Amino acid sequence: MDEIAVLIGGRAGEGINIAGSVVMRLIAGCGLRAAMYYDYPSLIKGGHNFAVVRGAAAQPYCHREGIDLVLALDQETVRRHQGRIRAGGRIIYDTGRVREIEGTGLPLDEIVKEEVAPAVTRNMVLIGAFCKACAIPWETVEAVLRRAVPKAVEANLRVAGRGYEAAERVMTLPAQATAGQVLPTLSGNEAVALGLVDAGLEGYIAYPMTPSSGILHFLAAGQEAFGTSVVHPENEIGVMLMALGAAYAGRRVAVGTSGGGFCLMTEGFSLAGMAELPVLVVLAQRPGPSTGVPTYSGQGDLLFALSAGQGEFPRPVAAPATLEEAWYWAGALLDLSWRFQTPAVLLTDKNLGEGMYTFHGAPRRPPLPPVRWDGDGGYRRYAPGPDGVSPLADPGTAGAVVKVNSYAHDEAGITVEDPETVAHMAEKRKEKEQAMAKVLRGYPAVMTAGDPAAGTVLLCWGSTAGVCTEAAGDLGLSVVRPVVLSPFPTEQFGAALAGAGRIIAVEENLDGQLARLVRAEGHRVDAMVGKYDGRPFFLEDLERRLKEVGI
Amino acid sequence: MTWITGAQNTWCPGCGNFAVQHALKDVFAGLVADEDQRPEEFVLVSGIGCHAKIADYLAVNSFYAIHGRTLPVAAGIKLADPSLTVVACAGDGDAYAEGLGHLVFAAKRNTDITAVVHDNRVYGLTTGQYTPTSYTGFKGRSTPAGVKERPFNPVELALASGATFVARVYTRRLDHLREVLRRAVLHRGFSFVEVLQVCATYNNLTAAYNNQVYELEGHDTTDLTAALERAREWDYSDGAPIALGVFYEIEREREAWPPMGRLPDHRRREVIREVLEGRR
Ligand code: SF4
Repeated sequence: MDEIAVLIGGRAGEGINIAGSVVMRLIAGCGLRAAMYYDYPSLIKGGHNFAVVRGAAAQPYCHREGIDLVLALDQETVRRHQGRIRAGGRIIYDTGRVREIEGTGLPLDEIVKEEVAPAVTRNMVLIGAFCKACAIPWETVEAVLRRAVPKAVEANLRVAGRGYEAAERVMTLPAQATAGQVLPTLSGNEAVALGLVDAGLEGYIAYPMTPSSGILHFLAAGQEAFGTSVVHPENEIGVMLMALGAAYAGRRVAVGTSGGGFCLMTEGFSLAGMAELPVLVVLAQRPGPSTGVPTYSGQGDLLFALSAGQGEFPRPVAAPATLEEAWYWAGALLDLSWRFQTPAVLLTDKNLGEGMYTFHGAPRRPPLPPVRWDGDGGYRRYAPGPDGVSPLADPGTAGAVVKVNSYAHDEAGITVEDPETVAHMAEKRKEKEQAMAKVLRGYPAVMTAGDPAAGTVLLCWGSTAGVCTEAAGDLGLSVVRPVVLSPFPTEQFGAALAGAGRIIAVEENLDGQLARLVRAEGHRVDAMVGKYDGRPFFLEDLERRLKEVGI
Repeated sequence: MTWITGAQNTWCPGCGNFAVQHALKDVFAGLVADEDQRPEEFVLVSGIGCHAKIADYLAVNSFYAIHGRTLPVAAGIKLADPSLTVVACAGDGDAYAEGLGHLVFAAKRNTDITAVVHDNRVYGLTTGQYTPTSYTGFKGRSTPAGVKERPFNPVELALASGATFVARVYTRRLDHLREVLRRAVLHRGFSFVEVLQVCATYNNLTAAYNNQVYELEGHDTTDLTAALERAREWDYSDGAPIALGVFYEIEREREAWPPMGRLPDHRRREVIREVLEGRR
């Protein structure tokens, strides 16, 4: 067998996310590449939560309908997912909460009681049983659990050991990728956070909002180790304006939110455009409008990100598809934002941000330092500089009066309304955008996959890349994906599409927002496959839909 | 050292903004002369409205922000560089209407910034509408029949929100204005200065103010109850005596959030490596 898929399900509050991440690390700990999808409604206790982990020799980036092992903490898990079990698969369940069925039943409450372990360790019995079912050696189980379990390790190990003893071997894991090489596992949000820190982040300011909160939590927990500051102010308006104050005073700052929070931030986003202040916004999409479906995923905010804020100003926007890209572009957008003194948007989504993957390491970014004032002559904040970029000085610098302004302003930063200066400064901002587009030619701004000679091209962006790439492999198609969406990488994109036959957009929205953008760039898009129920495409699902549009 | 830029001043003759500008300039100059501060350490943040032009007129670092948002900007600057002296000038529309939440939270956090609210109790730049502190019955262009709401009492509000320095001054008492502003800037923590400012064009309350104001004497500035009592004497609508001066001043924990910064490159890479190791 060349892949394994494990689902663990139960009620909210039973630690399904942590259990899923432990399964993830066990599979990764056996030298496999893995991906986890975590599904939960917006409530704290009850409901149905589940995590699916897919492991294989090659990195999986999507999920399939079929599951090999279902670990059921409750009846609902069986009811919902039993039908997905593939031949040779099995249910491992709690005899206390699930009516007797074919599979491996274990009395979780009794075991936990006998081992004098906390009730939350119930899921460890199932995890132990899962390890036995796919023949993971106990030494590996113990080593991984010691690293992965945050609290009460001994109790967890005892409980897992009971599950391990009681279960039987059902299958073997797929062959490893590179013998013995175990990769770290991270969520997309953690990859963004680490990418930011790696690129010299000095402050992260955010108001909690799913699915971006993981970044806030991770950075807040690590702020001492990273030597940075993490601030949670009164609201997203405060977040944005505080970030701009800090950027003005010379700090590399980022903010994070989802669509609703970004609505509030657009006022400050526009201010950043006019005042030429850098700031990176991590915009983790979920289905909208408004509160929408808070704990699920979507790709409905592309056109919003591209046009947020009143007036015209440049803004780099990038949508990574993988952990490695999330890490890379978090840093690259910080660089670009600080080089060109304009706000930037990193567009992620819930599937990427809260999904977990094995991490292969991010490529190195080209150096792109900010343009600094050399101390010569009187300082003028908006003085002419290379590519429309004015040299920066921080307030406090001897001999410099640093004036930024939300109004139309002259080179010194003083308010003016005369037509020549108003027009000149608008052109200055445009010049920065054109220079940014040129610089981005040295970046991996457009990605391709699949068979380059294939007649049909799947056009996608962000986290749908994974499922498109697998489908392209199965069906003999190619994939073209702009990672940078603004300024649009016209040349790279044109080159990637050269000779393309049919072009089918695959997006997690209803309107085909990328398709619209691409059409506005003068390209043809022949069909659109959209998904907008908050759930990611299953591979089978996408392949069916592609056949419907005539693949 | 010149403290005034070459920008053409467009305030109306007789406007109270002149007094605030001159007092602030004198405070900055005084701190340079006798507190060893450098002119480059001052940062002025302003909002939008007549008051905000002060950012164009004073030759110090400035962030001419947007309506209502002076205080988060000021807090961000202070967080980024605690060595700067940050003064946020706001209008009453800025501080009490569009940005009220920010004011309450700035006071709650006790960030070391000074908020100077140019309270002329009217929207000047948008040509004469009522504000949160306009008196009941005020006839503005959006309320031709007279304001039906009661005004906020900003001094009371600041005290209730936890500000550690709360004062009220009047633009026609220039020496007092200068003295209180200097104390506010020197205060370590969030200082709130409510400036009763004359708007010569839309709301000239000079006669009433001249009649009603008095300076606090023998008042215990560490007594919150006494401060609230004094603050409530005048409700911003009636003809009661208007106390001027420092109502309240205490020391309290002020570094609400860790200062910004980052590790040196090699150390940062090590820390990241350690995090990744822990995730294997
Ligand atoms: S309208 Fe009032 S506040 Fe504005 S400049 Fe004129 S006098 Fe001053």
